[in-house]
This record gives sequence, C-alpha cells and structure tokens, in this order.
Amino acid sequence: MSALKETPLSGWHAAHGAKMVDFAGWSMPVQYEGIIKEHEHTRKEAAIFDICHMGEFLLSGKGALAALDGIVTHNLATLGAGKCRYGFMLNEQGGVLDDLIVYCLGGDDYMLVVNGACEESDFAWIASRLPGGLSLRNVSAETAKIDLQGPRSLEALEKALGAKWGHLKYFNFERSSFDGAPMIVSRTGYTGELGYELYLPWGKAQALWERLAAVDFVKPVGLGARDTLRLELGYPLYGQDLDTAHTPVEAGYGFLMGKETPFVGKDALADVREKLVPLEIDGRRSARHGDIVLTAGGRECGVVTSGVFSPSLGHSVALAYVKAEFAERETFVVKGQRAELPARRSELPFYKGGTARAKTA
Amino acid sequence: MIPDDLLYARTHEWARVEDGEAVIGITHFAQEQLGDLTYVELPEVGQKLAQGEEMGSVESVKAASEIYSPVTGEVIAVNEELADNPGLINEDPYGEGWMVRVRLAGDPEDLLEAPDYERLLEEESH
Repeated sequence: MSALKETPLSGWHAAHGAKMVDFAGWSMPVQYEGIIKEHEHTRKEAAIFDICHMGEFLLSGKGALAALDGIVTHNLATLGAGKCRYGFMLNEQGGVLDDLIVYCLGGDDYMLVVNGACEESDFAWIASRLPGGLSLRNVSAETAKIDLQGPRSLEALEKALGAKWGHLKYFNFERSSFDGAPMIVSRTGYTGELGYELYLPWGKAQALWERLAAVDFVKPVGLGARDTLRLELGYPLYGQDLDTAHTPVEAGYGFLMGKETPFVGKDALADVREKLVPLEIDGRRSARHGDIVLTAGGRECGVVTSGVFSPSLGHSVALAYVKAEFAERETFVVKGQRAELPARRSELPFYKGGTARAKTA
Repeated sequence: MIPDDLLYARTHEWARVEDGEAVIGITHFAQEQLGDLTYVELPEVGQKLAQGEEMGSVESVKAASEIYSPVTGEVIAVNEELADNPGLINEDPYGEGWMVRVRLAGDPEDLLEAPDYERLLEEESH
C-alpha cells in the first residue's frame, strides 16, 4: 500500500482529535466531534474545511478563452474578470469527466478547480486538446484550499483577515494576499451557506487555518458533514451522482447547457436515458448508494447514487438515477438493504434555508 | 470506558445481568466506530431472542450495522426514546442509550468480562 498523501493540515487534524480516513488517496479528516454536530454548527455559525486535495490548473496565453470554450460547458464569453462559474467537462459521448469551477482571472488567464480524484486525467484531457502556444500548469501541489462556510462566515473572515469583505457577491472572487503571499478569496462553496473558498500557497495554509480556527465561533468540520451538507442542497458529488455514464442534462443541469458555441460532448446531450431524481423518504432510515429504486408498482426503474439522513430536515433524502420514462412519477420505493422505503419525488434544494445568496453589502 | 459490571459479546453488545433479567446495548467502541447514529431498529416487547441471533440494526450517517442479542430470553421493555433520539447511544451507550430489557431464559454463555473485552479491542485495533 502506498502512503497516503498529506495536506499541509493533516498533522493539525490528527492533533486536534479528527478521525482520519483515506479519501481518494489523501489522508483527510472525516469528523472531529461528530458529523451531526459539525453539520449543525455549519448551518448556524461558521466552519472551516480542509479542501487542499482538490486540483487547480492555470491556463494562460492568447486564445485561451476560445480554446477552453471548446473543452468545457461553461459559457466563457459572458464570464468577466473576477467572476467564476460552475460547469462540466464532457467526453465525446456527453458523459461527465468532471465538474469544475472556472475562474476568469482577467485577460487570457483562467484558473480551473477540479476534483482531486480527477486531477491527473483532467489535466491530460485538457492538455491534449489545447492548441500550441498556450500554457497549462497544474498547480495543485502548491495550492492550498480552505473553505469557510456558514451564516457567520463573513464575520469570521473579516475578523481573521482584518479587512472588509461584504462587497463580494456570490460567484465572485478577488485576488488578495495573506501573510505576504497571494490569496484568492472566492464567494463560493458546497454547503448552501454563505461562504468563501480561499486559495493560497501550500506553505501558508496552516497559518490561515489557525487564524480562522481562533475565531471563537469557527469550528473545523470534516468531510462527513461536508457530504451531508451538500446533499441537503442536492449538489452532486463526482463519482456518485456524476459520472461518464451520464450527461449533465441527465444529472439535472440542462439549464446550464445553453452555450451556442460548440464544446466536446455537446452533440450527445439530446439523448436522455435517465434522470437524476431527488427523493424524500419519511423517517430516519436512509437509502444508500447502490440501492435499487422501484416504481410504486414494484418495477425496477433506477438506482440510488447518494442517500443520507438529513440532520436539518429530520428525515432521509436521496438522489437516484431513474429511467427517463419513470422519472416524472411522484412515488417510488427504495429497496434498502433491510427494508423497502417508500419515497416521493421532491424538488431541489431539499433544504431551503441556506444563506449562500445572502446580501452582505 | 469499559464498565466492569457488564458482560460483553465479541460483536460489541453489552449485557447488564441482574435477578434473571438483562439490559442490553452496544458498547462505546461500537458507537464510536459507527459515528453519529441516525436510526435504530429494535425488537418488540414479547419477542423471543436467542443469543447470537440478530435482534435489530443501527444506522449512522456513514454506515449500517446489525445488532446481535448477547442473551437468550424474552423482551420485556424497549427504550422508546431511541426512536426519535438515537444519538443517546452515542452520548451514553451504557446508560441512556440502553436498547432492550430481557427476561432471561438460562444463563448467557461465553460472554466476556471487561478485561477480556478490553483485550479484544486492543487486538482489533492492531
């Protein structure tokens, strides 16, 4: 077994009581004091997450916009400097290779933030499709990422950095600095709460983390609660809810596919075989990844991709790919490992109290 | 962390045996391995349990696991609080987090005393 990769914060987590797990080859904290407490703290106060395992690429050079535009689903023509956007990278069959955020740094410079587990394959895929003369750099190993999330995250950020950040709007970012090093402050996140994703050099991560952790209402939160938080919003997780077997349209992101210019996979999007359906289940018993979904009449029609007990709602929620002809049904049955769970089609987000879009100025 | 007045099964349930009855729960180690519990399925009052057989299950945010009865007998009480608050098992596995009370039909066999259970945990953590 090869050694797990460590983030600049792995030692800090272990020293502060975190339960560490192997996450895509990284030693990462799954929880500190407990997933539900950490979940609730993030919904009410402010939390910090070590997300250093995610990948970052820098693309620059004349023609970067046009080249990248043909590789990702994002509409880059309308993405101005200081803004970032969520979208996908597809294979020729329209299957999702990764979901990623593209940052327009200004001029011909872009930053791409990709899933850690996809970093190497994404980089090779993009590099092989760029024309000559462009520079694509994988800066993942030198770029740390700390997420600050929760309704009090602005207050925490301002306390920790000693500057005002209320002007920053959702899916906007600014280049700033921390301890003499460049830092990107991005108003984005994966919890549905007001929050910031902070990118800075690997060697500065621990100092920033400790500065944030020193704010009295900020707590470190592990990947366990990150998963329950994202699923309450219905945000997909690559490798579970998104994969090369499904298109973004099937995953429920047809509304993001309106770009007029061509991109890899675009021509395959019309074929919708399955749809990702949000399900709510009464009671505390959870559907799990891989559980079979039946119609109310008992016919097999799909499979659960993510399922969890929702701490905020007090019942279970799930996402499931269901054959298109059954996807509009109102009721289903999830064949759990130990019981059949009646489920009904819901709408996203499951949890509607998120503060992500709050006006802060 | 391992009370010495209880008996333990190798599957991480405990039993407090007194006057022909036993109170049953899961151990601190078990709840810690599972993480925050979100659902508990328990037998009903009147149900007959046999030692070593499945008597219910627990689910946590991340996992699900069976519970095996450490004793043989009939269920005479169930901790109803757990239905809405399975977190009691995390908070107090040997107290408020008890699961069922059983009228014993014979003495339980092969359960571990605290020092032996502690040794088992040491072995499992290696």
